[in-house]
Amino acid sequence: MNREPATNRFLFTAGALLGLLALTVGAAYVNLGPFNTIAALTISAAKTVLILVFFMEIRERSPVIWVALATGFFFFGIMFALAMSDFLTRGWK
Amino acid sequence: MPDSTLAHAPQFDDASQQRESATFGMWIFLATEILFFGAMFLGYTAYRLAYPAAFAAASRHTLLAFGATNTAVLLISSATMAFAVRAAREKRRTALTVRLLLTAALGVLFLCIKGFEYAREISEHLLPGASFQFDQPYASHAEMFFYLYFLMTGVHALHVTIGVVLIAISGFRAWRTDAFMRNDTAVDLLGLYWHFVDIIWVFLFPLIYLVERHS
Amino acid sequence: MNTETRELPMTLEPRANYLNDGHSIRSWLLTTDHKRIGLLYMVSITLFFFVGGAAAAMMRLELLRPQGGLVTSALYNKLFTMHGVIMVWFFLIPSIPTVLGNFLVPLMIGARDVAFPRLNLVSWYLFIAGGASALWAIIAGGVDTGWTFYTPYSSTYANGHVLAMAAGIFIAGFGSIATGLNFIVTIHKMRAPGLTWFRLPLFIWTIYTTSLILVLATPVLAITLTLMALERLFGVGIFNPAMGGDPLLFQHLFWFYSHPAVYIMILPSMGVVSELIPCFSRKSIFGYNFIAYATISIGVFGFLVWGHHMFVSSQSVYAGMIFSILSFLVSIPSAIKVFNWTATLYKGSITFQTPMLYAFGFIGLFTIGGLTGLFLAALAVDVHLHDTYFVIAHFHYIMVGGAVMGYLGGLHFWWPKITGRLYCEWLAKLAAVTIFAGFNLTFFPQFILGFMGMPRRYPVYAPEFQVLNVLSTAGASILAIGYLLPLAYLLWSLRYGKPAGANPWKATGLEWKTSSPPPRDNFANAPVVTEEPYNYDAQAAELSLEENSHA
Ligand SMILES: [Cu+2]
Repeated sequence: MNREPATNRFLFTAGALLGLLALTVGAAYVNLGPFNTIAALTISAAKTVLILVFFMEIRERSPVIWVALATGFFFFGIMFALAMSDFLTRGWK
Repeated sequence: MPDSTLAHAPQFDDASQQRESATFGMWIFLATEILFFGAMFLGYTAYRLAYPAAFAAASRHTLLAFGATNTAVLLISSATMAFAVRAAREKRRTALTVRLLLTAALGVLFLCIKGFEYAREISEHLLPGASFQFDQPYASHAEMFFYLYFLMTGVHALHVTIGVVLIAISGFRAWRTDAFMRNDTAVDLLGLYWHFVDIIWVFLFPLIYLVERHS
Repeated sequence: MNTETRELPMTLEPRANYLNDGHSIRSWLLTTDHKRIGLLYMVSITLFFFVGGAAAAMMRLELLRPQGGLVTSALYNKLFTMHGVIMVWFFLIPSIPTVLGNFLVPLMIGARDVAFPRLNLVSWYLFIAGGASALWAIIAGGVDTGWTFYTPYSSTYANGHVLAMAAGIFIAGFGSIATGLNFIVTIHKMRAPGLTWFRLPLFIWTIYTTSLILVLATPVLAITLTLMALERLFGVGIFNPAMGGDPLLFQHLFWFYSHPAVYIMILPSMGVVSELIPCFSRKSIFGYNFIAYATISIGVFGFLVWGHHMFVSSQSVYAGMIFSILSFLVSIPSAIKVFNWTATLYKGSITFQTPMLYAFGFIGLFTIGGLTGLFLAALAVDVHLHDTYFVIAHFHYIMVGGAVMGYLGGLHFWWPKITGRLYCEWLAKLAAVTIFAGFNLTFFPQFILGFMGMPRRYPVYAPEFQVLNVLSTAGASILAIGYLLPLAYLLWSLRYGKPAGANPWKATGLEWKTSSPPPRDNFANAPVVTEEPYNYDAQAAELSLEENSHA
């Protein structure tokens, strides 16, 4: 078991996460129109990927676990998309 | 595999089946948590799209310094937790103890900051209810924003609290017993939970503190 | 009954099994044996069934006369709420998964227990705690919101013990999540050697899909009820229109759970029927893969259709169209299953034993329930039928005609395995026929009533509806007798029933390869699977060979 690469990996991940935190706060102060929210959520997604890959070691886990995680997100997506199909297409306010 | 020589519960054939089952179970639990928080994120999205100006005005009343600091605290605690899981896997008891207790301490720090933040907001009449005050014309919809804010951060804080308690208990167990030296699955699962709580916060942070900050 | 039946128990060998493995109350209440936990659930849900049934009986009596008069309007509201809450969350949702599922999943996959036996016991305690909270809410004065808890009525205006009732459902919900999680992990990780996914009994496929729904939908119900409760507690909440909140958000979240919940109830019954049909036609199942895939797709499609409960709620018409189309689509996999069962029967050597009667009942009633569901999925027709007795009749055909028939069929099929005893066959057949007749007499008139425009949830009605209501109440009385009969003869069989032997139905499947009742660890020798499921053709050849060699 080699200790060094793991330590470096965690430190790099933590650094990247803090960097992304600074980036997301900074980006919020620039007027990008609707892209402010998109940028913020993209950065959150990037942070999530970092946490999943380096802290939760998703790549070393079995495919069934990838499926479990994807299923959670997929059904959240269903709930979100179909409910929004109502909220966004109403003819009345 | 040294795993097969380890003790395991009678319903399992060997320790690796037991470990795989426990890990899989934890990930399924995390999938349920996505849906649990997802319902609140859905409500947030529906109302933010309906009342964009009020949400922007309300978001500028949140305390960004507190929120950003807390984000950093939680991200760092995720790193210390990852180090703790590593220590458990390498069977280093002292390192495991220190790292678990450090993670728990960072969790407590997060909760303290959150508590001060709540206190400030309550004193500024931002707690929804009879005492809520906000400039017109956004008062009622800003109240909805702050309701969502207290709700979602509150439920998240509850998860952090549960995590802190479990991590602290595990820290003491690591210190007092060699349970985790024989089987480190529990630390791994705790780590997964803690990282997941971190991920929830990663999405909460911009949705609460960073709505239209520029104007 | 002949006399030797009564003698037999005396000579029964007291072989070690899960039932005589400890007789103290402690050995039951602290058991981690999946079979005993299944029995704990069986006793508890039976109690809840009769509590919910009592409420239904009161309602049917009230509806004998157009002007009512037996109960007050306020009490009537509490009765239908109590009936709905108890039957949905404390009987139907747990019924097959927790009773037969707990008992059978490890047996059918050749495991010693579920993956997390202690969590399994915790699930039961959560169920009981939730049930106690719900019963307390009823005893303390009741709840009149209906089982759907629509806001703002539930969150703002309703009197009564809404919080205790919601807390009960919330707590029981965590039991459901834990059960679903347990089954998913068990089915993934603990199958016997050789038992590949496509050799699994179809019952396992349905329990697996049901568990997926439990795990993915129940958390949404939990948070939704929490949000409703918070709004009720603090007077501010996210469904509150005064703050710009949208009560339809509640309905979306509620039905995101509650439509898939219908599949939590019906899928396991379909699984039971898929076991019964091949066994009592002595044929292997027609289109195994189709049924397995149809099971999964019903589970997934079930999440896409919830908006059909909201067609007249002022939901967007475009969303209504999407939900309508998707609701039509979900009928396809259900129809596939019905076709496959029918094809299995074709040219089979069918015997009409009690479980098979329930299977036939299921197919007929589920088909009627499913087809009338299509009426309701059509946008324009739903405007006329929404909130009428047509809806009541439709979902009772699914939930009672489908889910309960499947549960009873399964209970009769595996009763010899669970208890080691045979019940009295002619009484059981009589009960099955009584239930079928009583059910149809109760609910078929309600289709007509609803079509004529009688609204649900009213204690009084127009006089021209009386004849059909009287028929319905008469049917309910027959149904009640039908439900009491199994209670009597099944209990009787515990003591006086003939010993069943390991495999009284000559069925395939691992659960029949161990003794009845099974030993604590399920199998004397760890099973290895070498053949496809429902291999009744091979079994028939084997049996005739044996007969020849004996001759
Ligand atoms: Cu539905």
